[in-house]
Amino acid sequence: MRLDGKGLIDRDAPVRFHFNGKAYNGFKGDTVASALMANGVKLMGRSFKYHRPRGVMTAGSEEPNALIQVGAGNAMLPNVRATVQEIFSGLETSSQNHIGPLDRDLLSINGLFAPWLSAGFYYKTFMWPRAFWEKVYEPAIRRAAGLGRMTREASPEESEKAYAFCDVLVIGGGPAGLMAALTAARSGADVILLEETNALGGRLLSDGEMIDGLPADIWVAETEEALRDTGRVRIMTRTTATGVYDGLIFAAVERVGAHLPHTANLPRECFWRIRAGQAVLATGALERPMAFPNNDRPGIMMASAVRTYVNRYSVTPGEKVALFATNDDAHRTALELLEAGVDVAAVIDPREDATAIGDYRLHRGAEVIGSKGRQGLTEIKVRHGSNEFRIEADCLGVSGGWNPTLHLTCHQGARPIWNPDIAAFVPADDAIQGLHTAGACQGTFDTSGCLREGISAAERAIKALGKRVRKPDLPMADDQAGGHSTLWAVEGKGRAWLDFANDVTTKDVKQSAAEGFQSVEHMKRYTTQGMAPDQGKSSNIGALAVLADATGRGIPETGTTTYRPPFTPVALGTMGAGAQGKGFAPERFTTSHKAVVARGAPMIEAGLWYRPSYIPAPGETHWRQSCDREVNMVRNAVGVVDVSTLGKIEIMGPDAGAFLDFLYTNLFSTLKPGRVRYGLMLREDGHVMDDGTTACLAENHYVMTTTTAAAGQVMAHMEFVAQGLRPDLDVRFTSVTEQWAQFSVAGPRARDLLNGILDTPIDDDTFPFMQCGAARIHGVDGRLFRISFSGEHAYEVAVPSAYGDALYRDLVARAEALGGGAYGMEALNVLRLEKGFITHAEIYGRATAFDIGMQGMLSKKKDFIGKAAATRPGLLDDDRERLVGLKPVGPVKELTAGAHLFEPDADSTRVNDLGYVTSVGYSPTLGHFIGLGFLKNGPNRIGHHIKMVDHLRGVTAEVEICDPVFFDKDGGRARG
Amino acid sequence: MANLTAKTAFDGTLPIEIGAVSLTEMTHDSITWIAPHKGQMAKVSRALDKQVGADFPSPNTHQNGVVWFGPEQALVLSKGLKRIAGAAVVDQSSAWAVCALQGAGAADVLARLVPIDLRDSTFAVGAAARTLLGHMNCVLMRTGLERYEVMAFRSMAATCAHEIESAMTMVAARAETH
Repeated sequence: MRLDGKGLIDRDAPVRFHFNGKAYNGFKGDTVASALMANGVKLMGRSFKYHRPRGVMTAGSEEPNALIQVGAGNAMLPNVRATVQEIFSGLETSSQNHIGPLDRDLLSINGLFAPWLSAGFYYKTFMWPRAFWEKVYEPAIRRAAGLGRMTREASPEESEKAYAFCDVLVIGGGPAGLMAALTAARSGADVILLEETNALGGRLLSDGEMIDGLPADIWVAETEEALRDTGRVRIMTRTTATGVYDGLIFAAVERVGAHLPHTANLPRECFWRIRAGQAVLATGALERPMAFPNNDRPGIMMASAVRTYVNRYSVTPGEKVALFATNDDAHRTALELLEAGVDVAAVIDPREDATAIGDYRLHRGAEVIGSKGRQGLTEIKVRHGSNEFRIEADCLGVSGGWNPTLHLTCHQGARPIWNPDIAAFVPADDAIQGLHTAGACQGTFDTSGCLREGISAAERAIKALGKRVRKPDLPMADDQAGGHSTLWAVEGKGRAWLDFANDVTTKDVKQSAAEGFQSVEHMKRYTTQGMAPDQGKSSNIGALAVLADATGRGIPETGTTTYRPPFTPVALGTMGAGAQGKGFAPERFTTSHKAVVARGAPMIEAGLWYRPSYIPAPGETHWRQSCDREVNMVRNAVGVVDVSTLGKIEIMGPDAGAFLDFLYTNLFSTLKPGRVRYGLMLREDGHVMDDGTTACLAENHYVMTTTTAAAGQVMAHMEFVAQGLRPDLDVRFTSVTEQWAQFSVAGPRARDLLNGILDTPIDDDTFPFMQCGAARIHGVDGRLFRISFSGEHAYEVAVPSAYGDALYRDLVARAEALGGGAYGMEALNVLRLEKGFITHAEIYGRATAFDIGMQGMLSKKKDFIGKAAATRPGLLDDDRERLVGLKPVGPVKELTAGAHLFEPDADSTRVNDLGYVTSVGYSPTLGHFIGLGFLKNGPNRIGHHIKMVDHLRGVTAEVEICDPVFFDKDGGRARG
Repeated sequence: MANLTAKTAFDGTLPIEIGAVSLTEMTHDSITWIAPHKGQMAKVSRALDKQVGADFPSPNTHQNGVVWFGPEQALVLSKGLKRIAGAAVVDQSSAWAVCALQGAGAADVLARLVPIDLRDSTFAVGAAARTLLGHMNCVLMRTGLERYEVMAFRSMAATCAHEIESAMTMVAARAETH
């Protein structure tokens, strides 16, 4: 029911929204919970296990009951707290966890089986027959239990991520947070102030107090103005700090568009990573419920929430409200209800010495021991000594005291400390270095104390930053927190809930203790207490108090479970914002990308790069047709392929040669200007890191090529070697991969093609095999290398990337005129296989130089990285799996990469495994499949037949072991 | 003989303007990497000053188109350098996609992509950093109160433009809402 004249809702802005398909009216500033309450809706969901009717219990993000689905279609988000979601026109919401209408949930029958559905029920019941668990029991249980529904597709509503930095981060916009922010800003610090709700003020907006002689909400507005006047405070409302990480980095989730009608490009949420110099935690406290029989009916809620709904949202949760409280503060709720014109049925206070502070009926020394009302509270049952009686009420406000919201202080492993004076856990001192606590989150519950501690926490932060503190005046406010006593659970007949979200009762916790699960961590897992989306915010302390009682220990000895981030649930779509689809990784395009895509080439990914698989010719319908044609084209005429993706590193300096000698297994200091040499690089552990060619462009000036895959690794390795191992060497190097567009021109007619584009033509004398040098290409300064990865007479020609697109198109056109054309990765792979050249399919991290038959390249004249390890006997054992060529000789003509090798008569099982196939391809040149693989003692088995078995693809073939070089063994074609 | 036509890194995808922020391609006649050999820093710095009017930059700074690039390394963004003795010099004119992000809210756009502190106190005009732009390496320079230059790998120009554009779009949508 709406009240007159109170609250922070905007009555001039009516809002129409839907809940379970029905339209409701509310006002701007309402949450779904407050608006439904104003419309008399009490039932908002069903409980997890027993499907009990559940209504709203709190007015904040700690809400365990009123979890709803928000949005429609794929934008639907489950488990949103109705107490947090603000309404807007067009908002679609629905209740969750029921079959059939919410008010007649078919699964509420589970409640009848409650005596058997207690802690450990599933573990004990569904053990037999074993196979039934996966097929029958689990799917049925999952359908019945669980909370919201998942959508299958990605949400069309995008979120974003961002970084922020400040000198002082203040978490919480209540009295302590406001004074901390003001103190820090006036002291010259950059401040970020986070507030979880849509307005600053915290409990001040709910409790109707006076500060400095002003109504609290006016004082809050004036303080906000003062904060803005400093020009140093960034106020972020609707933002929850969800975790604190090393280096005082906070995660925070901001609701940017989640409270607004869908707006194009406006992110739903923003996931902030905030780096703070110092931080102040002023997150307040959460009121705790008391466990009494049937305490879970809609209409039973926290007393402080009643006050928030009345004062902030101008709505009363009931027309006849009773209160059950152990502290003076809750009596003020009764006063405020009376002021608002709401009937207060009674205040039940277990304390014998409680005094009424207004005109309401007080039952001292009494307890609530039951409730009635199927889908909403109608009456409560009270016990006073031996006397039991009923009181008619449609709402019961409960207050068992307050638990400081100290969660963030425990995110790095600190444990909270029990303070018996206030019967609550408080943060340990210096739980997180640089995070200063203030106000109710450290157990200070009077307003004056909160304001004072806000100032002093900021003072500590400012001093730690080495700045001078300029304190604002301490405002005048109430300095009484009021008396209290502690009551965790009321004895009585019937189930008394502790964890409302996961349906855990006092009986479950006692049973857990009785069955030996006495540690608080065991109890949590056995009963699932605290494992719902609310993470036990309302139930943890109550449950461990009951556990402490059941095990005869005190609360401090029992301890708490571990607090982990995130403080409130965070949608994975928010954490991963921007990373879906192409946002997952950058795309690297070569300069020839557009030209090959225009020719219909399918692209494959090589790291972040995109390269063409093959370039289909008109009429080709299968990739093998294109690949075979391209291979033949290179062998018989000329082909062009973009090799710019290979890493290129330019190395200079008086010690450049010595540096290369140390990096490579073979000698480079002897390489003459204008010459190129193949090199092998090992890791320190003696295994091959990478291979490639290095060209000596001039004295003390080299350009190294790496494989595409290892370009970054080699560059990092070189930085490590230069900075860490050989700082004595005067050498400088930098990557030029991006600077040069480089194309391989390969085939018997390669030189004919090149002489059409070079300003100065070349011949075998001026440019023999493994020659390099500067060249002018169509008048552009470039580089030319006579190197070959295909075994053909071949060159690599490089121009600055700006000219790459133009040169590639020109080269392909010229190649086509000579009977050749463009080729792609499939053909490139077949060409290198025919020559037995290795790639990272072979040097994949476990292969040594000896394994690939290159032990001859391990120089004996010098030291190099990996030498010591590479020459240890274990890495030179004949019986190691070593590189061989493979070709099919039986009826099955196909080879497959990844297949394993066995003796022909041996079982194809792991223990008989002799090796594996690393690369295969169909060689149009030879007319059959060829492959490379590693085989135990391989080089000594050449000529033998062996069995290849691919267990995954179901292929078995008889193969002959052969030399890895299948074609042009003496290399004459490349040299000639 | 054919003429090779040069293309710029962003190849016509820029400029774009969304809300109060614009993203424009910057083209430099030449980009040169320079790294003095051992013991040559002072000499190289003097020679550099003579040619382009800026000393060898100290870490995380830029001046007159000379930007710090790593330990004892800098990039010179200008016309071609004449030979400088005592330093390794490499042409990188084609290697970088360079763009300028300008306008009220430019820092907010970068805050979506760049993980470093861009406040005036730590990243004033004249500051530079080698950092990340989304998942990419970049060189970032602050060239005005509301102007930044971003250098990304040429091969990643499309992703660079796309990521900045997405951030610009979301920042503009926020500005319209609030």
